[in-house]
Amino acid sequence: MTEEESTSPQISVSFVSEDANELGGSGILVPVDISTNQLQILCNQLLGSSDDPVPISFFTQDGSEIVDNIRKSLKEIDFETTLKLVYQPQAVFRVRPVTRCSASIPGHGEPVISAQFSPDGRGLASGSGDQTMRIWDIELELPLHTCKAHKNWVLSIAWSPDATKIASACKNGEICIWDAKTGQQVGKTLKRHKQWITSLAWQPMHRDATCRLLASSGKDGNIFIWDTVKGTVVRCLSGHTASVTCLRWGGEGLIYSGSQDRTVKMWRADDGVMCRNMTGHAHWINTLALNTDYALRTSCFEPSKRCIKPETVEDCQKVAQQRYDAAIKIAGGERLVSGSDDFTLFMWNPKETKQSINRMTGHMQLVNQVVFSPDTRYIASASFDKSVKLWCGRTGKYIASFRGHVGPVYQVAWSADSRLLVSGSADSTLKVFELKTKSLYYDLPGHGDEVFTVDWSPEGTKVVSGGKDKVLKLWRQ
Amino acid sequence: MPQNEHIELHRKRHGRRLDYEERQRKKLARAAHDRSQMAKTLRGHKAKLYHKKRYSEKVEMRKLLKQHEEKEQKNTVEQPDKGAVPAYLLDRQQQTSGTVLSNMIKQKRKQKAGKFNVPIPQVRAVSDAEAFKVVKTGKTNRKGWKRMVTKVTFVGESFTRKPAKFERFIRPMGLRFKKAHVTHPELQTTFHLPIVGVKKNPSSQMYTSLGVITKGTIIEVNVSELGMVTQGGKVVWGKFAQVTNNPENDGCINAVLLI
Repeated sequence: MTEEESTSPQISVSFVSEDANELGGSGILVPVDISTNQLQILCNQLLGSSDDPVPISFFTQDGSEIVDNIRKSLKEIDFETTLKLVYQPQAVFRVRPVTRCSASIPGHGEPVISAQFSPDGRGLASGSGDQTMRIWDIELELPLHTCKAHKNWVLSIAWSPDATKIASACKNGEICIWDAKTGQQVGKTLKRHKQWITSLAWQPMHRDATCRLLASSGKDGNIFIWDTVKGTVVRCLSGHTASVTCLRWGGEGLIYSGSQDRTVKMWRADDGVMCRNMTGHAHWINTLALNTDYALRTSCFEPSKRCIKPETVEDCQKVAQQRYDAAIKIAGGERLVSGSDDFTLFMWNPKETKQSINRMTGHMQLVNQVVFSPDTRYIASASFDKSVKLWCGRTGKYIASFRGHVGPVYQVAWSADSRLLVSGSADSTLKVFELKTKSLYYDLPGHGDEVFTVDWSPEGTKVVSGGKDKVLKLWRQ
Repeated sequence: MPQNEHIELHRKRHGRRLDYEERQRKKLARAAHDRSQMAKTLRGHKAKLYHKKRYSEKVEMRKLLKQHEEKEQKNTVEQPDKGAVPAYLLDRQQQTSGTVLSNMIKQKRKQKAGKFNVPIPQVRAVSDAEAFKVVKTGKTNRKGWKRMVTKVTFVGESFTRKPAKFERFIRPMGLRFKKAHVTHPELQTTFHLPIVGVKKNPSSQMYTSLGVITKGTIIEVNVSELGMVTQGGKVVWGKFAQVTNNPENDGCINAVLLI
C-alpha cells in the first residue's frame, strides 16, 4: 500500500457546484489515480447523502468531463494548485434504452405526422394526414379513440400539462380540444387562423393549474391566445411578417416565437405586448427550445415518483412550481435556443438581453429541431446534414456529433435521465445514441418509409415513432 | 396530289355552298346510324379492329364527360391532398423523391425481375476482332500473339502490369475509366459514381474478366452517396447498373441503375 502511494502523486481537489458554491473547503488531497466512483463516494459524503448516494459526474472548470480517473482525462495536471471540479448530480433513476419494436399499430390511413405522449406518460395521441387524431392505449398497445372533426391533415398535437385535454390543429387552421379520457370534443372548434397552424403551446401549469389558455401560431404570421373553455380568442399577437414556425410558452409568463421573417420575438402573455425582438439569424427560424421545456412539460408529474398526479389542483400547482424552480436553479436562468435554415443555432438569454449568448456553428445543412436535455445541461440538434450534434446547455460549446443516419434527421428526443437520445430520420430508421460514449448505441430499423415524428415518453419506458408508412410504432426495452 | 390549297382558296373566294350547315347537321345526326350499320356488317379481322378502336374512343368520351361533370359540380366537401407531411416540411420544396427505396419487398421483387429485365435487353455482340487489335512483336515484327484492347476498360486499383514479355492483353491508359454517370430511373437524376467492378459483359466471359465496358455491360457502382438503406437499416454500398452508351465513342460511361 505504501509503495503504491509513493508511486502515485497526490493532488488537491475541491468540489464546486454548478452555481459556484464550494464544497469541502480549501481542498482534499487525493491520489491522481482516483476513479470517478471514488470521487462520487467522496462527494456524496461531503454532500451528506452517503446513505442514499446520488450518481455524480465531474467536470473541470473549462468543461471537460472526468472519465475513469483524473490522470487519464487531464492532459496536464498542475500539482501546485487546487483542482476545482464541478460536480453535476445526475438523474437518480436510469432509463433503460429502447432496443426493440414492441408494437406497430396500423390504423391511420395516411402518414402519421405528429405523435406525443401525455405528460404523465400514460397516454399517447397521434395526428395523421387522414384528418383524424387517434388516442392509443399504451399498455395494451391498441387504439382507444378516433377523434374526427378536422377536415385536413392534423399537423400539430399538444397535451395539456394536466394530461386531461389534447389540442390538435389542422392544415385548415382549425383547433380542436379533446377530452383525453373519452375522446370527445370539448367546446367548439376554434377557428381564426387563415392558413395552417404550425405550433401549439399550453400555458404552463404553475401559472394556471386549470390549463385554460392555449397559444397557437400559424403560417399567416399570427399568434392567438385562446380561452379553451369559452372558445374565444383572448389575445392576438401580430408582429411577425412571415410564417411563425414555432412557439414556446415559457415559465416566466413569456411567449417566445420564431418565424420565417428571421426574428425571434418575445411576448408578455398577460397583456400581449411584444417585449423583445431578437435578430441574428440569416434565414428562416425552424425551431425553438427552452431549457425548462421538460420541467414545463411534465409539470406536476415527477418521473422519479412514478408520475403520480397530486390530489388537489393547488398541490399540482405547487409541485409544478417546485419542479420549475429546481430546473431554473440548475440551469441558471431561462435560456432559449433557436435553430435555423442558415445552418446555425443561436443561444439567447431572453429575459436579460436581446444579444445572443452564443452562435453555434457546425451544421452543414439546415437545423430542423433543437431539444434541451431534461437536466438542461445539453442541447441536441437534428439537421438535414444527416447528423445530430450535441452542445453544452450552458455555454453552447460544441461537444460531439452523432453520425450514422444516411438521410436528413427530422426529429430527436431525449430520455428522461438525459443519458440517451433517439433520432428519427428520412432514411426510415430510428437510432439511439448514448451520451456517455458519445456514440451510436442502438439502431432501430423497421419503418417502411420516412420517420416524421419521434417522442420519448416522459417517464422513460417507451418511444413512439410515426412516419410516411402510416404505421405508429412503439419501441421499448 | 394538289400542288396548292385550291379548296381553301375557292372557299375564300366564293364561300361554302348555301346549304352547307344544313347538310353538316344532317350528316352528324345520321352518323350514329351509319356507325351502327357499319358495326353490324363488319366481319372478321376488320370487325375486331373496328370495335377495338370504337371501344377506346368511347372510353375517351366517358372520361371527358366525367371531367366536365366534375368541373361543373359545386363541391362543398374538400378532400385534402394525399401525401401528408409534417408542418416542418410544408414550406420546403418537395424533392422528387421516389419513395424511400428501402421497401424491402419492393426491392426484392425488383431485384428478382432485374435479373431478367434490364434496360437494354438485347446487346449487340462485340467480336474479338473488333475489341482487340493485334500488336506485332518480335525483332522482325513477325509475332502476333499480343492484343491491345480497343474498348473502354475498368482496371482495378491494385492492378500492376505484368512484364511486357508475358502481357498478352494491353489495356491502354487512355481508355481506362474509374467513374460512370449513373442515372437513377425513379428519381430521374444522374450521379457521377465510382465504378466498383465489371459484373458481366454479355459478349464474352473473357471481356468480363478483362474489365471491358461496352454498351449493355453490367457494372457495379458505389452508391454510398445516394444514401440508400435496406429494410434492415443497412446502408447499400454497391449496386448494379447497365451501360447505355458506347463508351469508346463518347469518352464517358452512361449507365442506368438497376433497381
